[in-house]
Formats: sequence, C-alpha cells, structure tokens
Amino acid sequence: MQPIIEVENLVKKFGPFVANDHLTFNVGQGEIFGFLGANGAGKTTTMRILCGLSSPTSGKVKVAGYDVYTQTENIKRNIGYMSQKFSLYDDLSIAENFQFYGGIYGLSVSKIKERTEELLGRLGFSGEKNRILKDIPLGWKQKLAFSVAVIHHPSIVFLDEPTGGVDPITRRQFWEMIYETANEGITVFVTTHYMDEAEYCQRVSIMADGKIVALDTPGNLKDTYKAATMEDVFLMIAR
Amino acid sequence: MLPVIFVMPVLQLLVLAFAVTFEIRNINLVVVDQDHTMMSRALISKFKAPTFYTIKGYSQTYDLAAEQLKVGKAHQVLVIPEGFEKDLVKDTKSKVQLVTNAIDGSAAAIMNAYGMNIIMDYNQDLVVETMGGEEFSQPFKISYSYWFNPQLNYTTYMVPGILALLVTIIGLFLSSMNVVREKEIGTIEQINVSPIKKYQFVAGKLLPFWFIALFELAFGLTLAHIIFDIPMIGSLWLVFGVASVYLFATLGIGLFISTLVNTQQQAMFLAWFFAVVFIMMSGLFTPVESMPGWAQQLNLINPIAYFIRMLRMILLKGSQFSDISRPFFSVVIYAVIALTLAVWRYRKVS
Repeated sequence: MQPIIEVENLVKKFGPFVANDHLTFNVGQGEIFGFLGANGAGKTTTMRILCGLSSPTSGKVKVAGYDVYTQTENIKRNIGYMSQKFSLYDDLSIAENFQFYGGIYGLSVSKIKERTEELLGRLGFSGEKNRILKDIPLGWKQKLAFSVAVIHHPSIVFLDEPTGGVDPITRRQFWEMIYETANEGITVFVTTHYMDEAEYCQRVSIMADGKIVALDTPGNLKDTYKAATMEDVFLMIAR
Repeated sequence: MLPVIFVMPVLQLLVLAFAVTFEIRNINLVVVDQDHTMMSRALISKFKAPTFYTIKGYSQTYDLAAEQLKVGKAHQVLVIPEGFEKDLVKDTKSKVQLVTNAIDGSAAAIMNAYGMNIIMDYNQDLVVETMGGEEFSQPFKISYSYWFNPQLNYTTYMVPGILALLVTIIGLFLSSMNVVREKEIGTIEQINVSPIKKYQFVAGKLLPFWFIALFELAFGLTLAHIIFDIPMIGSLWLVFGVASVYLFATLGIGLFISTLVNTQQQAMFLAWFFAVVFIMMSGLFTPVESMPGWAQQLNLINPIAYFIRMLRMILLKGSQFSDISRPFFSVVIYAVIALTLAVWRYRKVS
C-alpha cells in the first residue's frame, strides 16, 4: 500500500512535557486508520501536527507527500479536518456553511452547489439546507461537519473524536459515511474512545503516555493479546 | 446585534450632541449682602438679569452661605461686605468677594468668568454715572468675530467629533472582538486547517465592518444635517475618502488586538484602553493646545486626533485635500502599519 502519511521519530514537546515521544508509523492511501489512546495520551497533538496546525519539535513527517515543516499550506489544500469541538458557524444556515467552506477551498459556485446537493442528499437533509445551524441537534451537526470536511474531496480526512456525545444510531450512520468516504479513495484518519468503533478500522494504533504501544489490524491485536474484544486489548495496553 | 449597531449611533449622536457642552446654563447663587444699600442692591440686581443665574437665597453671614456651597445647593457665593457703598463713595474703590465651587475645574473657570463679567459691567456703569460721558469710559472698543463657527455654536463644534467617535467605536470594538470570538468558539481551527491565505482572512474580517462603519457615518452625517443643521462646507467625497482610510487604520488596530489575545475579555480590555486614551487626548473634549508639550507629541500616534481634525476642517472650514494632506498621509501610514501587524500576528500554525 502506498503510504500517504509518513511519520518517523516525531517528537513534540511543550516545555518539559513530552506530548509525542518518537512516534513512527505510516498510513496507507484509502485506509481507515484508527488512532486510539486514553485522554491525554497525545492523540490530538499528533493530529494537529499532521494537519499543519502545529509544528513538531523534531522528526520527519510527510502528509500527502508534503513536508509539515515547510509545506503546511500544500498539506491544507489536500486534507479535510473535523475537530473535536463542533466548528461550523452556528449563526449561518447549512447551505451557507457549505458555500463558505467550499469558497475557502476555491471551489466554483456550480461545483459547491453540486457537492452540497450530493452530500446533503446522502444525509437526507436536502430539504433542510436553509435551516440555521444552531437549531439543529448535535448528531446532525456532526454529520454536517464531516460533510463539510470532505466538500473539496481531499486525499485525507482527519476526524478528531467525531462521535463524542452522539447517540448509537447516529454513530452507526456516521461510520457508514466513513466507509462511503473511504470507498471514494479518501484516506480516513480517526480518533475515538469507543472501542466498538475501533473494530471498524482497518488498522489501529494505541497510544499511551505519548508513545505508540501497539499498531496492527484489530484482528491481529486481539490474537496477540488473547482478548475477545478491542475493549479488552485497550484496557490491557493503555493502562 | 445588527439593529443595535444602528440604533446605538443615533442615540449617541442625539444624546451627546445636546449633553456634551461646556456652556453653563444654570448657576445657583447665594448672596451675602452685609451692606444693604442702594449700591449693593444695584449690584445684586445685575446678577438677576442674565437667565443663567438663579439667586437661590440670601444669607446674613458668610458661614451660612458657605454651608450651602458645601451641601451642593449653591455654585457661587457673592459676598458684599459692610461699608461697600461708603467706601465706594469715599475712596472710589471697594471690595466684593466671589466664591466658586471648583469641584469641576473647567466649570468653575467659566462660572468665575461670568461673575467677573457682571461685576465689571457694574463697575463700568458706576464710572459712567459718576464721571459722566460714554467716551471716557470706553477709550476703545474690542469687537470679536469667530471664524468658521460665528455663533460659537457648541453642536457645530461637537457633532463632527461625535461622528468620529461613533465610527471609531464601531471599528475598534467590533473588529477587536471578532477574531478572538472565533478562537473562543473554536471555528478558527476549521479556518486554520484550510488553505486560506492570511491576508485573505484579515480582509474578510475587515470589509464587513468597514462597510457598516461607512454606512453609519453616512447615516450620522444625514442626522447631523437634518437635526443639528451642521454646516457641510467641504466636499462630502473628501469626508468619505478620509473616513475610508481612517477605518482601515482603526480596524487594523482592532484586528491586531484580536489576533493578539485569547479571550474576548482581554480584547475588550485592550480596546477600551486604547479607545479611552485616544479619545481623551484627541481634542474632542479638551483643546489639544492646552495639553502639555509631551501630550501633544503623543497625539502623533493618535488616529482619532487626526480624524477629528480632518473632519472639522472639511465640514466647518471647507478644507481641500491639499490642506489636510499631512494628517491624511499620517493616517495612511497608520493604516498600513496596523494592517500589516494584524496579518503578521494572525497565526495559522501554533
């Protein structure tokens, strides 16, 4: 598999605190990669570096073929990002949010319209596009945020705990969206705390105290640790 | 929010234009007449004539009158001592005492000047009466004329300044709260992972407020013209040209503050700091000429001072571009620096 994210000895320090301690891993093109770890293990830090929001202290990191030290703007053109915190504009309508972000990525007006129809159609929201976002329930908002993150058809989409605080039905729908996205050839890099979701990933890495302590397919990890579920694996490792 | 943005300036203009005045219209006077003569009564009646004096009461002793001053019932006390008339007739000179409450220094100076004028006037009358002949009493006559504001009309003088304030407040406060608000609610993350250019982002933050502020200026000028009949001698195009550039400077400062801080509270605090210092030093409420030299120098970095000066010059005096080129280019430089700082300080990568 052609790697689209290459990380070698990535270190990120905040003063004396080491948030990422010599991480090394690759993510292949079109893969659904689960990035797991307890709260404070350093997941979000890594993800922010991969997105070009933060600079690493040392190490070699390439995303979509571009260097994170010097080519962050090129990286940003090729990725989508959905943050932990809901970050669409609450005072704009659904359609306006799509227009705005489509515009930022330089899509033409007709292209934005086409993508908006396509993505909203997939969610079954076509009739609601003029609703103001603040009146919409959280689960819906998360799905919309995901759609906005892929509006420009990026090579990679980063999802930072996309299903936090969302009901099981919506989570299920969310993962269906993730699979559809991966089928289009978009690489999905996702962090989560739900271990049932980890089972849906093609490969997962588990972080503890800033280090990657395990990296394999969910099946192999369960075999290695002789556990029935990913949850058991996680509890064994991340403690 | 949008209605507030438009209602606020109307109120500001209406209230401030009437309220911010240095004229004193009502002085409460307590008289201590210890002489009780024709002449003392003549002097008192001089104070009764002008409408801005109200004689609050008469008191036998100075102490009682001073009490009125202390409790705030009187602004001024006029003391006519015993023997006032006698001395005047005998020695052709006498003394009166005028005591003014100087809690508010500038008001006290004005009240004192009013009182002195009335006493002088009385003095003049006496001289004419006793010596005879108008010519004698007035060897020469001073005539005044005030250019560009012949009636010394306060609203004429204040309204352009208030318009400047209104535009400034819109510019400085809305812009300084803006970027930091996105930091607080987290939407800036989504912007920062996009390939948007820094200058594009700042321009996007700048233009809406620029239009709103210019619209408010147009609105304010219309009100000023209809309600206050403010003269608009110079070119309105020039007014808007100056305002456009000035707004780039103010919005630049606001956006720079906004990129600098992490919370709206900090932004508010900084914006207030600059607004208060700039407004107080701008010459709107106190003449710049009466400030110490270093304070006048400080106005070199005060965009509001430049703007108020240019607005007054254009509206009241009909100044041309060539007359205001110096302050104009100062503001241009200001705008370039402020916007450069804002673009430079906005960080997409932390």
